[in-house]
Amino acid sequence: MTAVRTLRGPLLLTVTLLVAWQLLHQWAGDTALTAPLPTLGHLWEMIGQKRFVPHVTETGLAFLQALAISWIGGVGIGVLLGGHKLSGEVAEPILVGIYSLPKITLYPVILLLFGLGMSAKVAFGALHGIIPVALFTMNAVRNVNRTYPRAGRSMRLSPAQTAWHILIPATLPEVFTGLRIGFSLTLLGTMLGELFASQRGLGFLLMTAIDLNDVQTILAIAVLISLFAVAANSILLAIDKRLHRGAAA
Amino acid sequence: MTVVARLTDVSRIYPPRAGHAAVHALGPLSMELRAGEFFSVVGPSGCGKSTLLDVLSGLAPPSQGTVEFEGKPVAGVVPEGVGVVFQEDASFPWLPVEDNVAFGLRRQGMDAAEIKRRADFAIGFMGLNDFRRAYPSQLSGGMRQRVCIARTLVLQPRLILLDEPFGALDQQTRLLMGDELLRLWRETSATVMLITHALDEANLLSDRIGVMSARPGRFIDVVETGWPRDRDSRLAERPDFGAVTSKLWSLLRTESMRALGQGAVAAQ
Repeated sequence: MTAVRTLRGPLLLTVTLLVAWQLLHQWAGDTALTAPLPTLGHLWEMIGQKRFVPHVTETGLAFLQALAISWIGGVGIGVLLGGHKLSGEVAEPILVGIYSLPKITLYPVILLLFGLGMSAKVAFGALHGIIPVALFTMNAVRNVNRTYPRAGRSMRLSPAQTAWHILIPATLPEVFTGLRIGFSLTLLGTMLGELFASQRGLGFLLMTAIDLNDVQTILAIAVLISLFAVAANSILLAIDKRLHRGAAA
Repeated sequence: MTVVARLTDVSRIYPPRAGHAAVHALGPLSMELRAGEFFSVVGPSGCGKSTLLDVLSGLAPPSQGTVEFEGKPVAGVVPEGVGVVFQEDASFPWLPVEDNVAFGLRRQGMDAAEIKRRADFAIGFMGLNDFRRAYPSQLSGGMRQRVCIARTLVLQPRLILLDEPFGALDQQTRLLMGDELLRLWRETSATVMLITHALDEANLLSDRIGVMSARPGRFIDVVETGWPRDRDSRLAERPDFGAVTSKLWSLLRTESMRALGQGAVAAQ
């Protein structure tokens, strides 16, 4: 019963989306929006092709590197800024400012700095993801209930034990929320980076398909990326909820 | 009479910070806690009651003077045998009740069977058996404070320091928690020092009550209640109960007004 209940939501969502897609296709026609079933068939065919693999690998590698920089760098910056009051107060408005900036306007600069290819995509993805991770981590560190480390000291914990058994679990739920949002934004940044001046990757395939007006391929790639994003985000959201259960009132 | 803890000419002065002058929070004061007694500290708000607890427990070093626990100096580290319960909810929200209770013992690397035995006892003692797997967020404020007391109790402290532990609870829960605290005190034979701003509570629970002045806090007087060891909240029905509370208030009234004045100056 519980399996049915947990699956009911996503299943209903999928069916609704497919029906909406079909209806939209009927209204817009093949030139703008291909039908769901042929598109999914085309995606299946593409995945089976040997020349498709290097593009997926390229995008995957770019994303993983950008994600590693976003997560590790963001947490590092957040811990430093959260731990040092003055630095945090100075840096926060700057970070919020960069965060709200449409970063695509900086892409020419990124390209000039990093050149065409992998490193520019990685930098652009990381630029999107690192700031929310840093902001969430900074706030998590700042908002640690001061009574927790005091309680740790009253139980004679060493500073290392306090860090490992109190500070990390106390900050983890909020830091993880940052990691989840950082994940989505890093993916966005990496894909945006691939759309311009790249020679490989899913973004490059997408741009080529746009040039050729190959609607079926455009949609097939969009579906592939969406599937990945939704699946990954559901897993991260489930972990996030689990971590927050203690904090939920 | 054995002395468990002794403070000699202790002061605590917070150094000046940007925009703030140095604050002389406490002392100089001297006091002794006798083995097995229930000692309460009352005083006007901001008089340094919590600072006193910090210094006595070793959470904060004294600026001047010496602190001893069982004859050994205490300096900025909480000694083995001292347990602290805080005013704020200090239960860890990421751990279920039983892991919260066992937390301190696990960090000491104690043998698992012994941890379980002690945690089971403390959980049972504080009436938390039905909530072993519950998270603090699922419990009321009073139950969370029980978790914190149980977490201190498992360490088998010989001196238990409580900093207004029932301050956030409603009056009825406070009375019940006071009874539990008395039971804990009787059955463990620990020495207890309770910081409180509630005069009735101090009266009801204590053998002796230290009355503090406005900041910098010093003891104006120490009132002996003379209540029997076997007591509970029904003590308030005794005809001589009110006299002790009245005495505490007459000692505190002027100091509380001074403290109000300090607050008004500080707010300007």
